[in-house]
Amino acid sequence: MLLPSAVILGVFVLYPLGRAVWLGQQRCDNFGNNCVSQGFGQYLDLFRSTEFQNALGVTIRFALITVPAGVILGVGLAVLADKYLRGIGVFRGIFSSTVATSVAVASLMWLFLLQPSVGALANIGWFNSLFPSVKSPGWLQDPDTALWAVSASSVWANLGFTFILVTAGLQSIPRDLHEAAAVDGAGGVRRFWSITVPMLGPTLLFVVIVSSTRAFQAYGEIDLLTGGGPQPTNPTTTIPYFIYGQNSPIRNDTGLQAGAAVLLFLLLLVLSGLQLAGVGRRVHYGD
Amino acid sequence: MATELTDDLTMPVPGELAKAARRRRPMQSFDEPTGAGRLGRYALLCVVTFLVVFPIYTTVVAALKPGSEVLKNPLVPTTVTFDVLIEAWNEGRLGRYLFNSFVVAFIVTVFQVVTSVLAAYAFAILEFPGKRIAFLLFVATLLVPAEATLVVNLDTIDGLGWLNTYQGLAVPFLATAFGIFLLRQVFLTLPRDLRDAAAIDGVGHLGFLRHVAVPLVRPTIGALALFSFLGTWNQYLWPNLVINEADMNTVQSGLRLLSRSSLSQPNLVMAGTVIAAVPIFVALFVFQRQLVRGLTAGAVKG
Repeated sequence: MLLPSAVILGVFVLYPLGRAVWLGQQRCDNFGNNCVSQGFGQYLDLFRSTEFQNALGVTIRFALITVPAGVILGVGLAVLADKYLRGIGVFRGIFSSTVATSVAVASLMWLFLLQPSVGALANIGWFNSLFPSVKSPGWLQDPDTALWAVSASSVWANLGFTFILVTAGLQSIPRDLHEAAAVDGAGGVRRFWSITVPMLGPTLLFVVIVSSTRAFQAYGEIDLLTGGGPQPTNPTTTIPYFIYGQNSPIRNDTGLQAGAAVLLFLLLLVLSGLQLAGVGRRVHYGD
Repeated sequence: MATELTDDLTMPVPGELAKAARRRRPMQSFDEPTGAGRLGRYALLCVVTFLVVFPIYTTVVAALKPGSEVLKNPLVPTTVTFDVLIEAWNEGRLGRYLFNSFVVAFIVTVFQVVTSVLAAYAFAILEFPGKRIAFLLFVATLLVPAEATLVVNLDTIDGLGWLNTYQGLAVPFLATAFGIFLLRQVFLTLPRDLRDAAAIDGVGHLGFLRHVAVPLVRPTIGALALFSFLGTWNQYLWPNLVINEADMNTVQSGLRLLSRSSLSQPNLVMAGTVIAAVPIFVALFVFQRQLVRGLTAGAVKG
């Protein structure tokens, strides 16, 4: 009964991981052939290389922007919609809706929004005069704003997911708590910080874990919005894009690709290690 | 892949949320806004709605406009036409891509459910030597991000001659430790007596699985199936690596192709985006109810 799963997971998860670890210490020629062992010191060299360091920095910055922004906006929306009001279900449906967008769909929507010549924002007169930079050079084209623009798209795309999780978390808070506090004279703000936030703890932690993992795996939005650029500083080349992207300097070297992939695996391992140490099992499965 | 699937665990509950909100009404009085507070809340909700919907709105408006008018007034659908949507469907091959995505996601879903049920049953009910170590090994695969294995998997698929095929897109994902883990947890909650009674009646493991265990955990299986389908449907990087024949693209890699080849026609790209998005919007709307019904029924039962 285990056999089917064991074969698939063995051949397509464990074997490739092991093989990648081995390949990671090799260098190959331009066609990915004639690989030569370089010794495992190559991992260190790769990690220290300017290109990998840039990708690592971009990935960390991307995570540091998207994770807090996603959590704050998700909680904000969920709290905003956590009142009994006529038609609140409609608002909740709308706030959850971005969960139905794939990375390609969401990124193309934002590409059209932000495109400097044919894009929507650039062709709205008042918006353009308020923010001339949307047309020239364009937020995705300016090295200083590109990562922020990609982050905005990414946060938006994940907003529905965060909203749903946080709303479910809010509804699992016993109403008595709020009611008792209200009777004792605690206002909305006080109740938010003293009841809502602590009670949401596990949910928020889960959201943080999921969104930081996602940030480290960001590929689609980079590919569609900036292609890792603008050149030459590549301020949006995340690690996955560094490995698999079209302009990747290691695209034709299986050895270096595998090495960078293993480094990404190790980074995510450290990340999940921190998560496990911090929160234990409960948070993963509770909701 | 693993993390993508876990992400989706709590996905489709907006309908349930609305229902829960309605149910809560009588208890809600102490923080139910009234008068000016209520108006203010509505105003705020509307502003936020505008911001959240804005990218979708501009997309739809652009998709409904003829090429000559896209650049004029992106906020107002000056002339509404379905020609561009039809063009995206035909010349942009969106129909073909949707079909491919559906086939691959369907295959992966069926296999993931079957392989997960079998393995989860083995881990939950059967006793065999090395079970603990085997289970740890299975669960450990959850820690391996797809990005770390794709380099070698691409080589494997190439070696098998499966580039540009459905097998190439689907086979690496036919099993999932996430599904095994999820189903093992619910199989563990089945009373031991059930299996013992069936054994006394001479029912084998497969018979017990088919007639007793699987029907009892159907809600969880439904949830797993939905997550498998969405996870596969949304895959972006893998199809880009495996597919370079236009006709074999999935919706996601097809959209990429469309956006690269039609940069001068934003309305065509947006029409493609709309076509690609609609099935999942509809599916989540439809399946959220079934799924929630299943989940709540499961909660009542056990």
